[in-house]
Amino acid sequence: MYAARPVPSVPTTADRAADAPAARLGVVMLCHENLDLATRMARIWAEGGATVAIHVDAKVPDAAFAAMRQTLADCARVLFAPRRACEWGTFSLVAATQDTAQALLAADPDLTHVLTVSGACLPLRPVEELIEFLSARPDRDFIESVNASDVGWAIGGLDLERFTLRFPFSFRRQRNLFDRYVNLQRRLNLSRRIPEGVIPHLGSQWWCLTVRTLTAILSDRERARYDRYFRHVWIPDESYFQTLARRHTLGIESRSLTLSKFDGQGKPYVFYDDHRDMLAQSGCFVARKIWPRAQGLYEAFPRPAQTAEPDSYMIDRLIDQAVARRKVGRPGLYMQSRFPRKDAENGKTAAPYTVLYGLAEAYPGLTEWLPFHVDADVHGHLFAETGVEFSGGRRLGPGCLSGSAAMRNLDPQGFLTSLIRVTKRRQMFQFSPRDDQQLNWFMGTDPNMRLLVITGAWAVPLLHSGMPFDDVRRAAAILQRRELDFLNILDSVWLKAQVSRWNLAEIGADPLPPLATLLETDDLPDGAPAPADLTGMLAFLDRLRNAGLRPRKMGDFRHPERSARPPIIKDAS
Amino acid sequence: MPGWWTGYWRKIRLRARRQYFLGRAIRRRRALSPVANRTRAIGSGAILCFVTLRNEAVRLPYFLDYYRALGVDHFLVVDNDSDDGSRALLEAQPDVSLWTTKASYKGSRYGLDWVNWLLFRHGTGHWCLTVDPDEFLVYPHCDVRPLRALTDWLDSSAYRAFPAMMLDMYPRGSVTERIYAAGENPLDIAAWFDPANYMIRKNREYGNLWIQGGPRARAFFADDPQNAPALNKIPLVRWARHYAYVSSTHMLLPRSLNLVYDENGGERASGILLHTKFLSTFVGKSDEEMTRGQHYAGSREYKAYHSALQNQPQLWCPESIEYEGWRQLEHLGLISRGNWP
Repeated sequence: MYAARPVPSVPTTADRAADAPAARLGVVMLCHENLDLATRMARIWAEGGATVAIHVDAKVPDAAFAAMRQTLADCARVLFAPRRACEWGTFSLVAATQDTAQALLAADPDLTHVLTVSGACLPLRPVEELIEFLSARPDRDFIESVNASDVGWAIGGLDLERFTLRFPFSFRRQRNLFDRYVNLQRRLNLSRRIPEGVIPHLGSQWWCLTVRTLTAILSDRERARYDRYFRHVWIPDESYFQTLARRHTLGIESRSLTLSKFDGQGKPYVFYDDHRDMLAQSGCFVARKIWPRAQGLYEAFPRPAQTAEPDSYMIDRLIDQAVARRKVGRPGLYMQSRFPRKDAENGKTAAPYTVLYGLAEAYPGLTEWLPFHVDADVHGHLFAETGVEFSGGRRLGPGCLSGSAAMRNLDPQGFLTSLIRVTKRRQMFQFSPRDDQQLNWFMGTDPNMRLLVITGAWAVPLLHSGMPFDDVRRAAAILQRRELDFLNILDSVWLKAQVSRWNLAEIGADPLPPLATLLETDDLPDGAPAPADLTGMLAFLDRLRNAGLRPRKMGDFRHPERSARPPIIKDAS
Repeated sequence: MPGWWTGYWRKIRLRARRQYFLGRAIRRRRALSPVANRTRAIGSGAILCFVTLRNEAVRLPYFLDYYRALGVDHFLVVDNDSDDGSRALLEAQPDVSLWTTKASYKGSRYGLDWVNWLLFRHGTGHWCLTVDPDEFLVYPHCDVRPLRALTDWLDSSAYRAFPAMMLDMYPRGSVTERIYAAGENPLDIAAWFDPANYMIRKNREYGNLWIQGGPRARAFFADDPQNAPALNKIPLVRWARHYAYVSSTHMLLPRSLNLVYDENGGERASGILLHTKFLSTFVGKSDEEMTRGQHYAGSREYKAYHSALQNQPQLWCPESIEYEGWRQLEHLGLISRGNWP
């Protein structure tokens, strides 16, 4: 049925060069809703010197269509194509484009270029600038055309399978059937044969072809066969012209002159008044989608651009950032609209931090001395059971975090991640088996944690406590149990933190390595804190052992010169 | 119990609960007597604002102006027996429909039955914003894009609900120091907030996040944070007849409406309700509410305030931050633009 329609003859390059070097632009406008807006846009195109052929979806009420015709009656350069009912994702959109393009070419055979736009596309630059741009590139077809088998062009959708599967169900109305039928075909390995001469290409449906190429596509001898094939391709308006243009073109510029970006769900981004400067800077010719009430944009455009070449870098970056924010989010952020499951956090915490396990016990003066020698906020035991020990003895911590242990224990992970996120400097805090142990796995599996461990340091305060031995033994049992649990995490294969480990006996033999590691320097500044007084530790540990509690991970106090690394396999106690 | 049954049983349970709440709302409609019913003027696609209030005449002028400027088309207000001129003020507004009731606030589940009824009757098919007169909605781009831009975008993204947690605002210095006058921007006085002091847990039954914290938790509930007021809210919903608010606007049924957050690491769009409770009007209000005993959990919250207010409280602390705008809130991670650039 298509072959029977008259198609204007192809103007040769020589003709054009001789009598009219300037491009003459025709516009195919597809309207589905909001005809008022479409009417205004059609007027802009027509007054800018383009011939406009409008296709209005047959689903639009006749009254609205009649009103549009009436309003545009004074524009000689506007014509209307026969109406078809269009459904997204089906061939009806291609057929409407074909019809409209044929009507356009029949009405104005002198055209050199045809641009497709929707009724919601806003010309950002004067039509004259576009014509000038096209005149300078007479034989180029501006159509995004990406080989479907090589590159994943579609976002969150099908690529090559658009061409090889069948899609008898409506994506919008019968989504479940659609998905299941696609899966079934995949499972049964069913596929359609792609006809000879068709090399599947995908791209934006907003293109600008030379009349030469477009006519060649429309009057192709094989067109009936191609149409029959594309009738069952999924979203053919993103592949029909993109594929067939490759057969006939003199040269393809694989990019669209229309700025149209998609988000992660395959939905076009909408522009608002506040994007005005960015759109103006981009130098793109046409933009979609514009929020229908963005009055500021409709008033501001079209306007002359400073640049000749479209460059949508700023807008691309804005939208890429938005996609990234929606998909991976900001690391270490837990809030009302981002509450990642365990292990889906994309960064458990926002920044590196340091945990000093047992150092405060092994070096009694450390907390007073350290703040002057590191570029970090040095807190006490943040997870102490009696209350949070913020740096400087403050009652309220950074970001108004409460010093109340009850509040911290309600959401300890939120407490730590908020603290790290809200502060600018590195956070450093003391930790020991005396503290709340709820976060051990969270911190152990967090690559941001730098952990310095002195095992056995919990015994130092007990040694000097002067408590009755029975109580000491009981406390020691609890603390040692907790420490062993913590060390189990550090020895597990899931450990992500960077850990440096010493035992208490090593500190007694040589107190410098932990401090040197902490300050990342070999010569410690003067006044470095001395290690705790360990005299009597050997007797104390013997007494614990004789009371039935075997001290573990303490190192060898009997032979301090053997203090080196513990054996890897065998328990070092 | 097998896993599938747990889920199925919860479905049955929540469905029964939702129908109970709707039934209550429908039964209690008679408690509301119309003062000015202008709901005929509501066009299709209008954005509606639902409010329950008592004695808020001082706050109302600024409140109405604020939401009109955002693009609310119609206010539906339940006046719970005000005696300070709130009713006359509201009655005179052309875009306000007003109902009044002398019924018990507590007996109507803290006003929720009334709001659920109005939502049921007038909300279906509209974007409905349910707020208190001391709450001001801030969302991404709210300085340059009207509320309609947000709801259009939510529609196109197939989102039915938009979360906005409460952010308690407070003045620098004592709460009673500066007197708030009608028409004044409360944020000029109560301009400070806690940037990072929020505790989040997941409520498995309803699927919503349960957020507590802020100045109220640290000043009044430091030792008993379990009982601190909830801050999570879902105030903006594209209403359908079978929806119901469960507990204030903290959560809704059906349960899927509460899933407004992303669990795979991404951020969804969210806003904030700037909660300007702590103005000079607060002291009188808390005295009144304590004696009325009409508030949640035996007015526990108001008792805590009352005892604390005796010694001129300072909510402000050196770590407090002064409010600058939505970009600041986004930078702090309290709200997010999601993929709405």
